[in-house]
Amino acid sequence: MDNFETVEVTTDFLIVGGGMAASGAAVEASYWAKKHGLKVTLVDKAAMERSGAVAMGLSAINTYIGIKDGANTPEDFVKYVRNDQMGTVREDLVYDIARHVDSTVHLFEKWGLPIWKDEKGNYVHEGRWQIMINGESYKVIVAEAAKNALGMDNIYERVFIVNLLVDEKNPNKIAGAVGFSVRDNKFYVFKAKAVMVAAGGAVHIFRPRSTGEGLGRAWYPPWNSGSSYATMLQVGAEMTQMESRFIPTRFKDGYGPVGAWFLLFKSRATNAFGEDYLQTQAEEIKKWEPYASAKPVPTPLRNHQMIKELSEGRGPVYMRTEEAIKKITDTTPGTDKDKKKRLKELEAEAWEDFLDMTITQAGLWASQNIAPEEKPSEIMASEPYFIGSHASCAGAWVSGPADIAPKEYTWGYNRMSTVEGLFTAGDGVGGNAHKFSSGSCTEGRIAGKAAIAYIKDHPETPVVDQKKIDALKEKVYQPLKTFEQFKGLSSDPNVNPNYIRPKMFLFRLNKIMDEYVGGTSMWYTTNKPMLERGLELLTMLKEDSEKLGAENLHELMRAWENYHRLWTAEVHLRHVMFREETRYPGYLYRSDFPKIDEVNWKVFVNSRWDPQTGNWQMSKKPVVKIVQ
Amino acid sequence: MPSYVITEKCDGCKALKTTACQYICPNDLMVLDKEKMKAYNREPEMCWECYSCVKMCPQQAIDVRGYADFVPLGASVTPMRGSNDIMWTVKFRNGTIKRFKFPIRTTAVGEAKPYADYKSSTEDLKSPLLATEPDSLGLAQLSVPKK
Ligand SMILES: Cc1cc2nc3c(=O)[nH]c(=O)nc-3n(C[C@H](O)[C@H](O)[C@H](O)COP(=O)(O)OP(=O)(O)OC[C@H]3O[C@@H](n4cnc5c(N)ncnc54)[C@H](O)[C@@H]3O)c2cc1C
Ligand code: SF4
Ligand code: SF4
Repeated sequence: MDNFETVEVTTDFLIVGGGMAASGAAVEASYWAKKHGLKVTLVDKAAMERSGAVAMGLSAINTYIGIKDGANTPEDFVKYVRNDQMGTVREDLVYDIARHVDSTVHLFEKWGLPIWKDEKGNYVHEGRWQIMINGESYKVIVAEAAKNALGMDNIYERVFIVNLLVDEKNPNKIAGAVGFSVRDNKFYVFKAKAVMVAAGGAVHIFRPRSTGEGLGRAWYPPWNSGSSYATMLQVGAEMTQMESRFIPTRFKDGYGPVGAWFLLFKSRATNAFGEDYLQTQAEEIKKWEPYASAKPVPTPLRNHQMIKELSEGRGPVYMRTEEAIKKITDTTPGTDKDKKKRLKELEAEAWEDFLDMTITQAGLWASQNIAPEEKPSEIMASEPYFIGSHASCAGAWVSGPADIAPKEYTWGYNRMSTVEGLFTAGDGVGGNAHKFSSGSCTEGRIAGKAAIAYIKDHPETPVVDQKKIDALKEKVYQPLKTFEQFKGLSSDPNVNPNYIRPKMFLFRLNKIMDEYVGGTSMWYTTNKPMLERGLELLTMLKEDSEKLGAENLHELMRAWENYHRLWTAEVHLRHVMFREETRYPGYLYRSDFPKIDEVNWKVFVNSRWDPQTGNWQMSKKPVVKIVQ
Repeated sequence: MPSYVITEKCDGCKALKTTACQYICPNDLMVLDKEKMKAYNREPEMCWECYSCVKMCPQQAIDVRGYADFVPLGASVTPMRGSNDIMWTVKFRNGTIKRFKFPIRTTAVGEAKPYADYKSSTEDLKSPLLATEPDSLGLAQLSVPKK
């Protein structure tokens, strides 16, 4: 390891990740840190300008309450999110996002994000909570504000964080993080009094529908690999709702967004016989009352309706774009010229929706000669992902806002995990769905301020044993050594009995998860014996992770990404096994417990891996309402 | 190939300190072959087709060929990104061409001011008010749940 230099960075507050949540934290924490003479440092595996899920841009901000205009109240939002997630959300956290998020959106607008306005100067809504933007440069703009707040000297890009560090005297207290540069031979040791992990969600845990060249075209960006969950788990942070995977229904294969079509253009989606599946399957979801009667119908239940059509052989399912556009132009008042003009506008809006956030879908339509005003387009449910900021709840169990959270949910600072000084936000926080881009940035701001408050109260510098750091360095670069040591044995370096390369490791993980834990090939269905067998195979994969081999720094990053995926997979499996009911049909089916069980399971499922013993503990936590 | 580099157009970003495509790719896919002084996508099957590299290449040397496992050949989607707007050319398999232009930002590049011109109202680290609140909310105070 002599040729790998160790770079030590001492700071007060370390932000891991450079996405929406991290950018929000950077802006807010810098403000308070400056007042108190503290230092804030940010580390991202990529370039902040285009890192994270918003890299390509977005066409809508999905969370805006409109409190100042009297459009909605935070209470309205809590009720919506609670129903959408089948009763199981942390209402204190959801409320907290709702009362702050408008301020983040107003900041975005000042920073330079173009938000659509109507003639009166009001934001144009896509749906009740969603507003339309020209969002090609959304991330560029948000990252710019974060960089301006932090200063470039405090930002480390292209450094992949592998592990968090804990205090020598108190193993339940955070002390920093370690990682490596993917550009040069540098090992980074960040020592910090507080750390916020905001490394996004996870993709490629399950086998994707496209496995050739299109492997990377998952709905969720291929670069977020579960680092948030894995790093927090490994220092003993408690997690919640890790069974809550997300299955988006999107335009097939390209995964272009459907929100504008359903909400703005009021399109129907129909089965092979031209029937609206929401109607053919209206009775089916009544098994999930009281949630089935909620308006809008919860995301998992709508998914369930479509999946049922498809799995019972009534596909393909089409978004009736041609019908929707015709209806809008037909009802446009005025002359034929006015109608034509409206048609042109709609066409541009439809294409921008893709070009701003899923360019592949525009290419796919063009390649199949699909003009939305002429032809309908297929939609499909994807493989499972983990994204605590979307219509799902996976993430860490965090302390709530002191002024509004019930006592069951407060033990420290807002958004602090069960590990002292370890904060998280965005996809990292569990039980707090529907934050989306604006809410994730908001949550970063909330956590950023709370972390500075924590540091003021805990000014002592944590101590880390140098031997531990040396051992971690050894471990981090081991895949390079393994490859180097054994590669000569076979004439093809891909096939070698002494190591497994990250890509095959990924395929093995994907296959286990898909076939045993309810992936697409099983229509999201599993049961206890399947899960037990899956865990057996996953355990062998975990053993084999010690034999990961990597040829260069890029492949070394792939190795550690996949190790983080493995942890995410295991915690997910354990949660799925623990929750003996089917609460979220359309996302996940337990064939041995096919019904919802409000008596026993209207609870959060929490898990903790104990770093001292290596044992897992599963538990139930109560759902407490703060909005009636 | 998802993204691919057109050999003839790539100059290896000779004039820059680092190559633009390598700097920007969120998945660390673009690399420069220093012998040929040409960049390439080292793992096309891990490309999201996010177009970050395409938009940034100073030579317009990067294009995208749709994923071969589900995209029929012959179409293309090409951006031209300026500082305030972006122009898109969409070419269909059947030759139809559509062009679109959309705004991308309303401020000058580099001018995103973190706290804008909002006032801050508290010095209290324990207050739930964030730096620019309640001014940036457009409200007199922060909401609390109705009892
Ligand atoms: C396809 C898609 C469409 C969406 N559409 C919308 C929409 O229309 N409207 C809307 O409002 N929201 C939308 N969202 C949601 C929004 O993108 C997320 O809510 C938001 O990006 C979450 O913020 P985050 O900071 O938690 O994660 P991200 O923004 O994804 O940021 C994660 C960061 O962590 C870094 N990172 C990861 N691992 C490591 C590591 N090991 N070491 C260092 N750094 C690491 C990444 O490089 C990145 O900077 C969409 C999301 C997806 C995936
Ligand atoms: S940015 Fe363009 S010109 Fe520069 S190295 Fe990449 S492909 Fe070549
Ligand atoms: S399109 Fe995006 S993911 Fe693909 S190589 Fe370019 S920057 Fe990377």
